Amino acid sequence: MTDETRSAIRAFIVENFLFGDESHPLPADQSLIDNDLVDSTGILELVGFIEERFAVSIADADIVPANLDSIDRIAGFIARKQAA
Amino acid sequence: MCGIAGYHGKLMAPEAAADRLGRMVAALRHRGPDGEGIAVRGETGLAHTRLSIVGLTDGAQPMTSEDGALAVSFNGEIFNYVELRDDLKARGHRFRTHSDTEVLLASYAAKGLDCLADFNGDFAFALHDTANRTLVLARDRMGVRPLFYAEHDGALFFASEIGALLALPGMAAEIDPVALDQIFTLWCPIPPRTAYRGIHELPPGHMMIVRDGQRTIRPWWQLSYPDRADIRPAPRVEVQAEELRALITDATRIRLRADVPVGSYLSGGLDSSFIAALAARTVTRGLRTFSLTFRSAEHDEGHWQRQMAATLDAEADSVECSTQAIAAHMPEAMRHIGCPILRTAPVPLHLLSARVRERGMKVVLTGEGADEVFAGYDIFREARVRRFCGRQPASPRRPRLFQRLYPYLPGLKQQSPEYLARFFSFGSEALDDPLYSHRPRFRSTAAAKLFFSVGLKDALGDYDAAAELVERLPADFSRWHPLHQAQYLETAFLLPGYLLSSQGDRVMMANAVEGRFPFLDHRVVSFAAGLSPDAKLSGLKEKHILKEAARGIVPTAIIDRAKQPYRAPDAEAFAAPASPAYLETVLSPERLAMSGLFNVQAVGKLKEKALKGQATGFRDNAAFIGVLSTELLARTGTTQSTQSTLHIGTR
Repeated sequence: MTDETRSAIRAFIVENFLFGDESHPLPADQSLIDNDLVDSTGILELVGFIEERFAVSIADADIVPANLDSIDRIAGFIARKQAA
Repeated sequence: MCGIAGYHGKLMAPEAAADRLGRMVAALRHRGPDGEGIAVRGETGLAHTRLSIVGLTDGAQPMTSEDGALAVSFNGEIFNYVELRDDLKARGHRFRTHSDTEVLLASYAAKGLDCLADFNGDFAFALHDTANRTLVLARDRMGVRPLFYAEHDGALFFASEIGALLALPGMAAEIDPVALDQIFTLWCPIPPRTAYRGIHELPPGHMMIVRDGQRTIRPWWQLSYPDRADIRPAPRVEVQAEELRALITDATRIRLRADVPVGSYLSGGLDSSFIAALAARTVTRGLRTFSLTFRSAEHDEGHWQRQMAATLDAEADSVECSTQAIAAHMPEAMRHIGCPILRTAPVPLHLLSARVRERGMKVVLTGEGADEVFAGYDIFREARVRRFCGRQPASPRRPRLFQRLYPYLPGLKQQSPEYLARFFSFGSEALDDPLYSHRPRFRSTAAAKLFFSVGLKDALGDYDAAAELVERLPADFSRWHPLHQAQYLETAFLLPGYLLSSQGDRVMMANAVEGRFPFLDHRVVSFAAGLSPDAKLSGLKEKHILKEAARGIVPTAIIDRAKQPYRAPDAEAFAAPASPAYLETVLSPERLAMSGLFNVQAVGKLKEKALKGQATGFRDNAAFIGVLSTELLARTGTTQSTQSTLHIGTR
């Protein structure tokens, strides 16, 4: 499940923030902001994707870098949401 | 206001000289539809296309001094020519014409290059001095009027627009990779670099002197601010506001000097309202104003424009700018702009100048420059908030201030303080970084370089546009107050490099309309530079002293309304189903591969995103318009002018 989650998130990021550029290194613990992959609009695109793809509901208070700023963090966040 | 061109340093056969000058004249005809002329003097050729505004009947150019020693091709205005002429007359000079061009010749004859300091105006000129065997090129302080040059075919060629140089036989139109990197970081090239390899720009406030084949370029004026240690607390702002009001009134008064009617742009904001109100007091037959309106509420200021026009009893004209019109006119605008752009904002202004021309007018005042000179931009407030937050990086409350800075950016409203802190990256940057104020903007813009091709990235290597910008800063920059440092970056680079050029001169002169900028009168600029930072940015209240100066002249509602930066729909203008037919051709994989500048696959996906109306973020918008404008340029740039060069008068 987690690997599947990670690869779905990775695919979304490659498609939407890297415009299909597979050659870009994208370690699962890499910060999305510090590497200029997402801006303030990108975060909202990401939130929309997670809600639709993983059927979880994300409150404003959840939209923090601790939950969303790397593939690992996003996967962990989704797992916690789904377990709740 | 006109077009100028010429060459220096090569004795050409008469046919060759007429051909080179004629090609450049043909490419500059839109700037000066009222007259044309060329003059060949030994190794020097001068050309001119005239938009007659002052001295309608006797101001033809190139103009030669009575003794024939001097000849000039002059673009622009010397607004204080009346006073200068009186002064020269008192010293015995006899004038043959009523034009400011003759005042330029007489001033140079009397004082040499020191005459530049006397000029209050917007100009670019080429002056040939046979006695000193010298060619002088000079450009106004703020960079209102353009001047480009290139070494080509054994001579120095120069012209008001890049297109005139590209019209020369054998001149290649190649996009400069370093310029592209600078634009995709800083929004404009760093002069003397231009978007084209081998074509240079004379920087604002600079002159070039060519003598015996030796070329010297040096500044004759530089923007400067007081040492931060010397800044004293502001005296009563009312007193300074009074002085400022007198200066702006006079700056507007001399900019109404013309032998044709002068109108005014009116955005509905403080700056243009102030200028229009001052002009309306002087213009006897009623002021005509010109405004842009948009269908989208986030861009439209029609309500304020109507209110201001009614207050002035002005004859108000407006152009409604649909997204379709922006998309449809972008290629034509790019033909004149001659430099990649990251926003469509110049395109509506191209449509607006067309309306001015349709109404039979050729001169307008604008409020451009006030945001640089009096600290009106959000970036100044943003830098202040970042420093404020950076002092308490753990504070959960302080980052909320960012939402107040950008109430018109919906993406920011939903962000947590943690994200705001990361986006504006305070705490992580050194407070003494000379580019502190602009780092977030440069960084978010540079994210658009994601779309550069592998070849372009390889060619650039580890080139860093921001680092080059730092190298170009004046020696005393580090001693200035942080607000003044930020103002310098805007005023010395972005203002001439983008606002006065791509969004100013090029899209106005495309329709032979001259813009005049009272806030860029050097007396106003120097007065404002000497003010304490708090007189300009008081807390988070922008343009504080300007607002005080405008009281009693501009309605309070307009002075105190929330600032709305001028923006136009960007990528959304290209969304289906109304996307323009040329998009598929210009951004086709074949074309992209041929120009070799961008990643074909990534741009394809970006285009799909834009067509779906989903390219909504800052990076995606900047990248889409940046790629599209560059590709349009790559196409138009190589289409050289082949217009007829006949019927050009020789002087």
